[in-house]
Amino acid sequence: MMTKPKVATASLAGCFGCHMSLLDIDERILKLIELVDFDKSPIDDIKEFTGRCAIGLIEGGCANEDNVHVLQEFRKHCDILIAVGDCAIMGDIPAMRNNIPLKECLEEAYLNGPTVYNPEKIIPNDKELPLCLNRVYPCHEVVKIDYSLPGCPPNADIIWQALVALLTGKPLELPYELIKYD
Amino acid sequence: MDENLQAEVKQICQVCGNDRTKMMDIVRAVQEKFGQVSSETMNLIAKFVNCHRVEVESVVSFYAFLSKKPKGKVVIRLCNDVVDKMAGADVVADAFKKELGIDFGQTTADGKITLEYTPCIGMCDQAPAAIINDEVITYLSTDKVKEIVADIKKHYDPSKLKHRLGDGNNANEIVHSCVHNGIRKKGTVIFADYKSKSGLKNALAVSPVEVINIVKSARLRGRGGAGFPTGMKWQFTRAAAGEKKFILCNGDEGEPGTFKDRVILTERADMLFEGMTIGGYAIGAEAGILYLRAEYAYLRKLLEKVLKDRRDKNLLGKNILGKKDFNFDIIIQMGAGAYICGEETALISSCEGLRGDPKNRPPFPAQKGYLGNPTAVNNVETLCCVTRILEMGAGWFVESGSKGSPGTKLLSISGDCKLPGVYEFPFGIKVRDMLKEVGAEDTQAVLIGGPSGQIIGQNDFNRTICYDDLATGGAIVVFGQERNVIKIAAEYMEFFIEESCGYCTPCRVGNVLLKKYLDKIIAGKGEPEDLDILKQLGESIKTTSRCGMGQTSPNPVLTTLKNFRKNYESIVKKTTNGMQPTFDIRKALADAESIAKRQSVIFIK
Repeated sequence: MMTKPKVATASLAGCFGCHMSLLDIDERILKLIELVDFDKSPIDDIKEFTGRCAIGLIEGGCANEDNVHVLQEFRKHCDILIAVGDCAIMGDIPAMRNNIPLKECLEEAYLNGPTVYNPEKIIPNDKELPLCLNRVYPCHEVVKIDYSLPGCPPNADIIWQALVALLTGKPLELPYELIKYD
Repeated sequence: MDENLQAEVKQICQVCGNDRTKMMDIVRAVQEKFGQVSSETMNLIAKFVNCHRVEVESVVSFYAFLSKKPKGKVVIRLCNDVVDKMAGADVVADAFKKELGIDFGQTTADGKITLEYTPCIGMCDQAPAAIINDEVITYLSTDKVKEIVADIKKHYDPSKLKHRLGDGNNANEIVHSCVHNGIRKKGTVIFADYKSKSGLKNALAVSPVEVINIVKSARLRGRGGAGFPTGMKWQFTRAAAGEKKFILCNGDEGEPGTFKDRVILTERADMLFEGMTIGGYAIGAEAGILYLRAEYAYLRKLLEKVLKDRRDKNLLGKNILGKKDFNFDIIIQMGAGAYICGEETALISSCEGLRGDPKNRPPFPAQKGYLGNPTAVNNVETLCCVTRILEMGAGWFVESGSKGSPGTKLLSISGDCKLPGVYEFPFGIKVRDMLKEVGAEDTQAVLIGGPSGQIIGQNDFNRTICYDDLATGGAIVVFGQERNVIKIAAEYMEFFIEESCGYCTPCRVGNVLLKKYLDKIIAGKGEPEDLDILKQLGESIKTTSRCGMGQTSPNPVLTTLKNFRKNYESIVKKTTNGMQPTFDIRKALADAESIAKRQSVIFIK
């Protein structure tokens, strides 16, 4: 039997909503694992790549150095990289901080915000914490992205159709209902 | 509230008849008086002319010469056009910064002098140049900057700046300017001697329809660049339903590299106003407006005087030259620093006291233009041609020039050439011959028709300047071998980004993206596919923009891509590792590393 192609997924500066949407393919997940094996992904909790992957699905943009590192690793290990959802494609809600200097963002979050309780006035700075980037970058500004699946989150059917089309080499069918957002 | 302020603003509004369509005059007067149009003043204006405050603010925020924040008593605007930079504007800029101790966009601590950049002010043949309030100062050098700043600090009155006077009417005491006409070649239409009223007399001897027929048989086409047949435009305007009609003269020459109208306005104003009067007669208008760009404010008094002289001679006013019921007069509408107002529907908006937003077409101005009335908008040079055609006859006019483009064309030529200035050539001149005449040797590229036109290379130097081949409003910039055409394209994109009115997305966003890709390529990080993206994006902007600006703004990119493909190809290279060459992790982390006072352990320096 031929070895199945592998799929890896990651959630960067996102809310895991896109991963939830992936799980929303419901019982088709059984068909999916007939088609593929999952490699590095929060779904199976594999932390490091075990080998070359056919497809990488990226949720979220890059808000910190770890996001950049993970995204670059995905680019190195995946033949096809797909930006899944609006955060990955254009930064979206996390990128709302982009017009505000980083220092001000941190101070608002940890010192000045109306609901902050922080009597010691400490902005977290453990060396284990990845450093924030000056702004949130959409994935395509950091690495080359092959495809984008828009939506917040993209409908499960879009993700399903796209994966099946890529894995079986068949043309992608995206009926209007799947890609209208109003 | 300051009662004095209230009284002054009230006075200004009253002079303008408390008429909201005179908003440009009102806010210009306020700006001149107070060095700003403050929030408080805007409320007052809105109250006095009975409009919403936003209508005032939308105008103030739109034009470069108006500001909500206070400006210095003296505002120095240094031209940062490509040609000025080629002539050393950057060094001059540094000298201004040093002498004033401030950066561009700032005002001195005593609030007296503001330093700014401004796009092309129509002085490319005597660059680098600046406008100080309304005074134009040409041929700037670091020494001259020192003198100017020292001089201004004595009196804070730019009109007292000492300088050698220019030629012709520039030396007239009511102009008193150091600008040189720079007329290098006189042709038969514009710069040949002209006797006032001979064209108008001939026009009034025949019917308005016959005047239009004469202009039609002269096959006169618009000199602004688009080349629309003037006679046809007038015919439409005359035929359009509406009691009141208007003729507008587009004196907002803002296309970088153009300065021919400057010379017409200085030396041939009489001929221009005569052309407007003939046009008024032909279309049935009683009023004409000359829209004068703010950069040419130094010519206003001269133009007002020419108008007055014409009124005194009954060449304007009631029953002109005894022609019963032919009443016509002209007013001057000042602009306030906006390139887009050279687009005819934006120009109309500006005359109406609005932001210089282009309007949807149809209806065309000929049907519904100024304040909803049928309006003919013509270029300065076109109207001068009309005067000459009526003087000499259509048959005489079509003898010069080429078949599809009769007559002559004024070209404003600058850049890498020995004899920059204004040339009146018959249409049909070869680029190569033109270059020879202006003393341009070893030319790499020529910008024909300004950045909204095209940048051509040596392969096209045998082509001719006329409507059927290389059409142009008159801006010609010559670039020598040592210039970087991609950088030039990028600079012109910067200009379009600055001047986009922002109404439609393709122009507002698309031009920024084009510039980003150019910067990427110039930085050596471009990839071959970027060239395809540039082309696709540029074409989308052209197809989907509403007005002529967006429809032509990608031209510096598209024409250099076509004519200088090798320059692009030689600096782009394919990346193979899948990473974006433009992403700079060090830059992205610099803020956090400085805030956290620790270095990244993932991306080690």
